[in-house]
Amino acid sequence: MTAATGYAPNRTLPLRVEIVRQFKRRRTLGMFALLLALPWILVIAFQIGPQSSSQGQSALRMSDLATQSGLNFAAFVLSVSASFLLVVAVALFCGDTVASEANWSSLRYLLAAPIPRDRLLRQKLIVALGYSAAAVICLPLMGLLAGTLAFGWDDITVPGTGETIPALDVLPRFGIVIGYALVSQLVVAALAFLISTMTDSPLGAVGGAVGLWIVSTILQAVEALGVLREFLPTFWNTAWTDALMPELDWSGMVKGASVSVTYAAILIAVAFRRFRRKDVVS
Amino acid sequence: MKRVAALVAALALIGVTTWLVWPSAPEVRAQDQRITVVDGPADDQRVELDTTFFPPPDGGKAPAVMLAHGFGGSKQSMRDQAVRLAQQGYAVLTWSARGFGRSTGQIALNSPDYEVKDVKQLIDWLAKRPEVRLDASGDPRVGIAGGSYGGAIALMAAAHDQRVDAIVPQITWSDLADALFPNAATSTAAGTGTNAGTGTNAGTGTNAGTGTNAATETGTSTDAGTGAGAGTGAGVGGAATSGVFKRMWAGIFFGQGVSLDATSLLGRREAAAGPVTEEQARCGRFLPAICDIYQQVAEDGRATPEAVALLRRSSPITVARQIKAPTLLIQGQRDSLFPLSHADANAKAIAAAGTPVSLAWFDGGHDGGNGEADWLFDQSAAWFARYLKGEGSGQAAPPVSAFTVTRDGGRDPGTRQRIRLHPEAASYPGLAGTGTTTVALNGPEQNIVNPPGGAPASISTVPGIGGLLGGQNTGGVSIDMPGQSAAFESGPLAAPLQLTGSPTVKIKVTGKGEATLFAKLYDVADDTQLPTLPAGLVAPVRVTIPEGAGSAEATVSLPAVDHRFAVGHRLRLVVTTTDMGFATPAQPAAFKVSLVSPAVSVPTVGTLAAAPTGVAWWVWAMPLSAVVIAAILLATGRTTSRSGRRPAGRGQSLPQATTDAPLLTPSANGTTHVVTADGTAHAASADGTAHIVTTDGTAHAASADGAADDASTVATANGAPGAAAANGTGDGGAGDGNETGNGRSTVDGESGVARSNGDGASSNGCGGAEVPLEISGLTKAYRNGELAVNDLSFRVERGQVLGLLGPNGAGKTTTMRMMMGLIRPDSGEIRIFGEQVTPGAPVLSRLGSFVEGPGFLPHLSGRDNIELYWAATGRPRADAHFEEALAIANLGKALDRATRTYSQGMRQRLAIAQAMLGLPDLLVLDEPTNGLDPPQIREMREVLKRYARDGRTVIVSSHMLAEVEQTCSHVVVMQRGRLVSAGPVSRLLSSAATVANGHGPRLEDVFLDLIGDKP
Repeated sequence: MTAATGYAPNRTLPLRVEIVRQFKRRRTLGMFALLLALPWILVIAFQIGPQSSSQGQSALRMSDLATQSGLNFAAFVLSVSASFLLVVAVALFCGDTVASEANWSSLRYLLAAPIPRDRLLRQKLIVALGYSAAAVICLPLMGLLAGTLAFGWDDITVPGTGETIPALDVLPRFGIVIGYALVSQLVVAALAFLISTMTDSPLGAVGGAVGLWIVSTILQAVEALGVLREFLPTFWNTAWTDALMPELDWSGMVKGASVSVTYAAILIAVAFRRFRRKDVVS
Repeated sequence: MKRVAALVAALALIGVTTWLVWPSAPEVRAQDQRITVVDGPADDQRVELDTTFFPPPDGGKAPAVMLAHGFGGSKQSMRDQAVRLAQQGYAVLTWSARGFGRSTGQIALNSPDYEVKDVKQLIDWLAKRPEVRLDASGDPRVGIAGGSYGGAIALMAAAHDQRVDAIVPQITWSDLADALFPNAATSTAAGTGTNAGTGTNAGTGTNAGTGTNAATETGTSTDAGTGAGAGTGAGVGGAATSGVFKRMWAGIFFGQGVSLDATSLLGRREAAAGPVTEEQARCGRFLPAICDIYQQVAEDGRATPEAVALLRRSSPITVARQIKAPTLLIQGQRDSLFPLSHADANAKAIAAAGTPVSLAWFDGGHDGGNGEADWLFDQSAAWFARYLKGEGSGQAAPPVSAFTVTRDGGRDPGTRQRIRLHPEAASYPGLAGTGTTTVALNGPEQNIVNPPGGAPASISTVPGIGGLLGGQNTGGVSIDMPGQSAAFESGPLAAPLQLTGSPTVKIKVTGKGEATLFAKLYDVADDTQLPTLPAGLVAPVRVTIPEGAGSAEATVSLPAVDHRFAVGHRLRLVVTTTDMGFATPAQPAAFKVSLVSPAVSVPTVGTLAAAPTGVAWWVWAMPLSAVVIAAILLATGRTTSRSGRRPAGRGQSLPQATTDAPLLTPSANGTTHVVTADGTAHAASADGTAHIVTTDGTAHAASADGAADDASTVATANGAPGAAAANGTGDGGAGDGNETGNGRSTVDGESGVARSNGDGASSNGCGGAEVPLEISGLTKAYRNGELAVNDLSFRVERGQVLGLLGPNGAGKTTTMRMMMGLIRPDSGEIRIFGEQVTPGAPVLSRLGSFVEGPGFLPHLSGRDNIELYWAATGRPRADAHFEEALAIANLGKALDRATRTYSQGMRQRLAIAQAMLGLPDLLVLDEPTNGLDPPQIREMREVLKRYARDGRTVIVSSHMLAEVEQTCSHVVVMQRGRLVSAGPVSRLLSSAATVANGHGPRLEDVFLDLIGDKP
């Protein structure tokens, strides 16, 4: 008898348990509250702001079109939050998960329970990605709901050209948008997760991931890097807008997904490898 | 840290090496040379040409390429291209044409008598160079490339000198007369007969290109004298005398001070050398004959036959049939000076002689656009590689298609930069396309007037600055003056329409005399956006209305463009009386314009297909390789197996122990009760670890069994004699067994404990699995190399409450962390119930631990924490024994408060309760009484004793020696990572009695004595 009765490594830390452990956190609840409230805040901002309809259609930016329909509004909400808010949300869920346990000293008890290290990381990663996905999904969905209630259900007007796509045609495209947003956030998730396994400061992990993200965004602005910029993790972040064009263009999203998956796979592998060998002293 | 530094250093080394080793482009030398040539109609004019020769950098004989500059440029304009070409293994010659740069002579507009003769003699010169590969004696392998003026000389030279092997003329003319006096109309006086070309065009409905071709060739053969060939559909080689004077371009072309270098292909203009004489002010460096003719035509805006004859002499179209050198014609889509129709005419004429011709319509031209310079260079290089170096040159030059068009590929999804597509076709279809789409145009007959003086004029393209104003694919601002224009518009398109070529439309003009009109085809998106004029091009039309007829019909060939009309967009044909770029009559006139047939036929080229760009290879390769790398990272990162670790651990610990031994010996003080570390070490080397702590019969027997089933061999050596000596006797006997003969006695176990193990052993039937904790040779170094735990070995038996004592920094906590699998030992091992402890080893499920303070999720209540922790172990809830554990915590109602509200003592008790969940067989507690009040301490003491009494084992570390004295049955004393003493508390105390000073022995004294801190 090497293990206690009833102990089986592959039954440790069930997802349900980890979900509950994370869900009751103020951080989690606060982030979701913010994400769910943001569309309504924007709706109010558009409602009380001066109406710009008199300007005609000359301006075809996404923000000008936000009040055209619920779909436009949801696209707008996603566009304004994808570059930073969602990054922070994803970094929070993935960067906090291991580091906060280390911070609370509960990590060592989980490991001594024992939850095998790979399994601990796996379960935590799954749950963190699940929360991240929920965050990425709930924002545009709430945007759609708020926008539809506030601005009505109508066809989507494409930014730039002003063309319209029928609402029902664009709904599956919206699925693509959300799916791509998820994939493109994989890098942040993996990066935050890696840092999370290396530090016992949750904010350090989140901040580190967001910080590297910002560095990448800055590097992206350096034209001199030329084609190298395509391999920056942030480069294809806005490629999802192609899904809302009259003609669906996959090329950018495919490249973005490729870069994202590449980084994520390696970062996560490094996280597992490091954590497996790491001396847990927190 | 060291590893990171090493990694950085390695990367830096690799980077620097790559930088140094990376093949850099070979150094290209430039030799300036003044070459004297003799030209003129009578070969009597001596001209010095300023040239630069770039020998092939690799040495040897290479094909030569001559690079001709554009109008207003000089050899310096071509320097960059020359260097690039030379790096690709060509001998390159650049020269300033006569009348430009530092060359002497006067500009003769690429006349066969002047510039062409110059080039022939340059080829002669090349033939004598040792660096140049020869096809035959005096016949070098040579190609010519150049833009605009330089493109024309390439064509002219190739026509007049068969030694030229390949040419790449860019944005150049086929007929200079037509370029300056274009007429896009095929005039058909209503009801009257007409010439053959037009008849074909209108009557059979075959494409305009055929008509053009025929007409062009006619014009070519009859040439100068008649000049006025039939008007043609494509507007090239047409009746230049009736053409509309392209006033602004002509002015720029002839005006010396204005550069034609709209594209970088043509390079930069040089500052004029020296002050300007009166003659220069009038004619610049033109031949006087040319100067005079220009001034004449510019004055009245009409081409004279003499002017046409002179311009034709400088036109490749007249000699294009003689060109045998494979020709890549590159023409700009935004070029109102030499529009695409010129390349079309050249291509047809050259191809008619069976010479290979390819065409490329690129994004640019004299109206601006130079974003494709690299692509153009690549195309030119590919052309030369194929026809100069030959196919077998090993140079994998991508084949140049017969027809390539640059199209807007939208924005790159990542960079948001414009991208260009290059669809190709295997054959050049001409300006009439491979198919025709007829789009209906609506509009009544409309009145338009020519304003007096021709002002204000409509604007389509402003020569020279079109590129500055222009947006993508448009000529920039297009303005039609009200009252001067008639518009005919189609309905919204149901499908996208890709126009490639020259659309035609038939108009009817009613009025008197000669009508000068300008036709343009707009792309109208909707009412809110300005209509765009593709490429900003306009077709000038001059229609002569016969006397008495009152009206005339004309087929207008609209400018050749490549443009996509999107769905929902409309086509709008606008006919105006004025255009800023052209000379228009000053006399006021009024016309009525209507459509003969209410439609425009739009040529399309269905065969043009973008080379399938597909998905970049890295899109698939990168994630796949990343996954592979990830898999490798994970596979190689597996925790090292114990077999790999153990020999190393032994090899390290044994010599160390031996050498260390004397160091600790002094602390022995000659007293028997002290077990020095060296004693331990020796023991380890001699006969293993089992005897060190309190070993006795059963335990030894257990070790012996353990050896049989793959327990440590070290234990085996010891186990057998130990068991023999101590079996069944327990107390005292064990002591003998442990006397290792080095004069120091080990403190031995109490028999009671040993006996209580007995049942366990028998019930398990597996001896090694019976020892709750066995540590051997355990060593762990801090990052700085200092040893936190140094060759620690001891063993704990069932039922013991072991006190782990030691001053701060003795390595107690580190040892406990290693017991929990949190820290990996550098060497040695820990076995719990016979199983080696590795991170996450299943046997840890039998270990309950509380180390270095509690660890709770602050936002959860105490109960949630405990329950979720148990749930995290995945074990059945019934096994948890929550009631017993929570009773120990004794938190009462606080149990349902968030733990962040707890006091330290409450957390402490809850953590101990958590450690006891599931009643583990081995309980490890680090400073359990910290933060507890005296009653709680007492209670905790009882709890621990009771816990061990049930056959379980408790390991407690503490500073409170009195506490340990009362709680523990055995102690292990550590200092600086080493074991100092081990044994039953009673034994330790009794041995201390010998040195007791007055009062009874206290653990404190023993302890201080042990750690050498005794006052």
